[in-house]
Amino acid sequence: MSTHTLSVRLENKAGALARVSQLFSRRGYNIHSLAVGPTERSDISRLTLRVDCNEHSLEQIEKQMHKLVNVLRVTELRADESIERELALITVAVSADKRPNLVALSQAAGARVADVGRDAMTFEFVGRPDELEAFEELVRPYGVRELVRTGRVGLRRPSAGGRGPTPFVQV
Amino acid sequence: MLGSDAILRALELEGVDVAFGIPGGAILPTYDAIARGTSVRHVLARHEQGAGHMAEGYARASGKVGVAIATSGPGATNLVTPIADAWMDSTPLVCITGQVRSSLIGTDAFQEIDATGITMPIVKHSWLVQDVEELPGALRSAFHVARTGRQGPVLVDVAKDVQEASFDFVYPDEVDLPGWKPPRKVHPRQLREAAKAIAVAQRPIVYAGGGVLNADACAELRRLVDSAQLPAVVTLMGKGCLPDSHPLNYGAPGMHGSKFANWALNKADLVIAVGTRFDDRVTGKLSAFAPGARVIHLDIDAAEVGKIREAEIPVVGPLKLALAQLADEVRVLAADGAADTRPWLRQLEEWRERFPFRYDRSDDILKPQAAVEALRDLAARRDDDVIWTTGVGQHQMWAMQYLVCDKPRSFITSGGLGTMGYGIPAAIGAKAARPDATVVCIDGDGCFQMTCQELATAALERLPIVAVVLNNGWLGMVRQWQEMFYDERFSQTHLTNAVPDYAQLAEAYGCAGFTVESEDELEDALAGAFSAGRSAVVDVRCDPEEKCFPMVPAGAAAVDVIEAPGGEAVPA
Repeated sequence: MSTHTLSVRLENKAGALARVSQLFSRRGYNIHSLAVGPTERSDISRLTLRVDCNEHSLEQIEKQMHKLVNVLRVTELRADESIERELALITVAVSADKRPNLVALSQAAGARVADVGRDAMTFEFVGRPDELEAFEELVRPYGVRELVRTGRVGLRRPSAGGRGPTPFVQV
Repeated sequence: MLGSDAILRALELEGVDVAFGIPGGAILPTYDAIARGTSVRHVLARHEQGAGHMAEGYARASGKVGVAIATSGPGATNLVTPIADAWMDSTPLVCITGQVRSSLIGTDAFQEIDATGITMPIVKHSWLVQDVEELPGALRSAFHVARTGRQGPVLVDVAKDVQEASFDFVYPDEVDLPGWKPPRKVHPRQLREAAKAIAVAQRPIVYAGGGVLNADACAELRRLVDSAQLPAVVTLMGKGCLPDSHPLNYGAPGMHGSKFANWALNKADLVIAVGTRFDDRVTGKLSAFAPGARVIHLDIDAAEVGKIREAEIPVVGPLKLALAQLADEVRVLAADGAADTRPWLRQLEEWRERFPFRYDRSDDILKPQAAVEALRDLAARRDDDVIWTTGVGQHQMWAMQYLVCDKPRSFITSGGLGTMGYGIPAAIGAKAARPDATVVCIDGDGCFQMTCQELATAALERLPIVAVVLNNGWLGMVRQWQEMFYDERFSQTHLTNAVPDYAQLAEAYGCAGFTVESEDELEDALAGAFSAGRSAVVDVRCDPEEKCFPMVPAGAAAVDVIEAPGGEAVPA
């Protein structure tokens, strides 16, 4: 069992996302995270999916997804060949006296203050998923009130060379 | 043109000659278009499930796409079972359902149901049409998707106002489906690998399934089998893809398959799986299935290859092409000498002789197998083609075991979903597709009672079928499991054969009715039913305790088969 990142180019049509998510529940695959949004083409969306599964299941997921009429391409994003980013908003409980300390800490970690309230402040953090997790740990002792993550998005690195992303081959 | 007329024009352009359905509120405009005139024959079913199975029977008998039409809400939900059935058995089906007006969608309007949502896991694709301009493209795409690649069901849900809208109808020549690219070619290297494996195999076995029929690749399969003298087993869904009387056809493997077919797989060193999916009813315990074999798996659906059993040599592509090319490759290699398979063929022949299907005849009580054998012999004496359909259960397994099907598309059954009640509507659909053929449904009494209202359809639409009910008064297969695995606690399986009187019920539906209580009445009743000139029902009262053997219990290995009492045990 390991976690894999799949990048899916999907027709931007009503119900397309439902068909993908339905396939996962139907076949008993567990989605860790799912991010979806527009791409360079208005008629195509890109999904970035994180799934926990073994190699055999991964192959099945790719093949089953390819049978969906709305799915154009499924690519696995390998960690060493891709850029992955995630955005989080974290609201941390903090009293006025501890505020400067927390702000300094967050700045050092690369987070931005998005909002400041009387007894709490919200940070936005964009970065690699491992950096995000480190930041989360950093502020956790202050008391995390609410946290939301987008789920990671990714693209293959142009610097990884080769012929670009190898789509899963449908012979 | 109105949207409703466009639906009919699309059906005509797709070559549909018969559609099956029932009108209702949200599909009324389309039925009005039917009244305005079309070359499509509409067969009025009595229940949408019946319409759906008729469309399936039509598709399986003809090789064409079946079409079922229903209204929104309950019309659509009643189609869910046939859609699921078509999904599991890869039957090409286009279901057209009416939907409430676009302005009402999402409001829980009268007879509104999310038809595309409900059917999402059991269709290849679906379209909810809310703009009449999108209707021709959706229908064109629907037929294309249903019949290309691995065949299967699709749904087109059309809002009522779309059916009523006026527009300029143009049926597109091309489909615009950038994400739908079923394989059209076969990798030559994989074929060569497969041919090499066949050439060196000492104990090869072809394991052919329904995909061969769907791919219209029966002649190519036969060429492969003949050219390399490959023995074959043929699944329930594949029955007829290789003639049952072909000397190298060892029949059906699986839970109620023959011992020789199961041992052929068990002892093989090479399994050549063709258009089949290693269903659990065939494999039993997976780790004990063909344990010593390498696997070549030929299939149009890449997702089936390696899904259940790893394939050392995957061959993805259209089977007609793949089998033809494989037969050629095999012949080229055979010229250089191939492994000697004669001892293996002798072994299989010995097993076949030693372990036939068997049951004990009785003077006191009619055995259901005897009825199936009588039907088989009756069909063999006829000049016309006989197409068999079945329900699901013991009678289905006996039909699989004892019928001889030498032609493709002559055995139509519900394999994957196991839909009781499939047989009668499927027979009506088959008759609509093949009016020249005699269509016989071998049914159980439990199955018969699930869809027998369609006898009205058969009678009034002049689609005569013969329904032979192997009436044991029980849900026989469930009873068998209760006897064998639930300490004979026969919970809720006794239907009795007191009610209904099937012959009277047949007469009430405008069909001829026959009752058979002993083996010597069988032949006359069947002959009478076959020549009734209208649909007929033969109530065959048979042994309620008869069990279907051999039986590999669910999850057990093929070698742990249970034989009928007195049968010979497993060879060492």
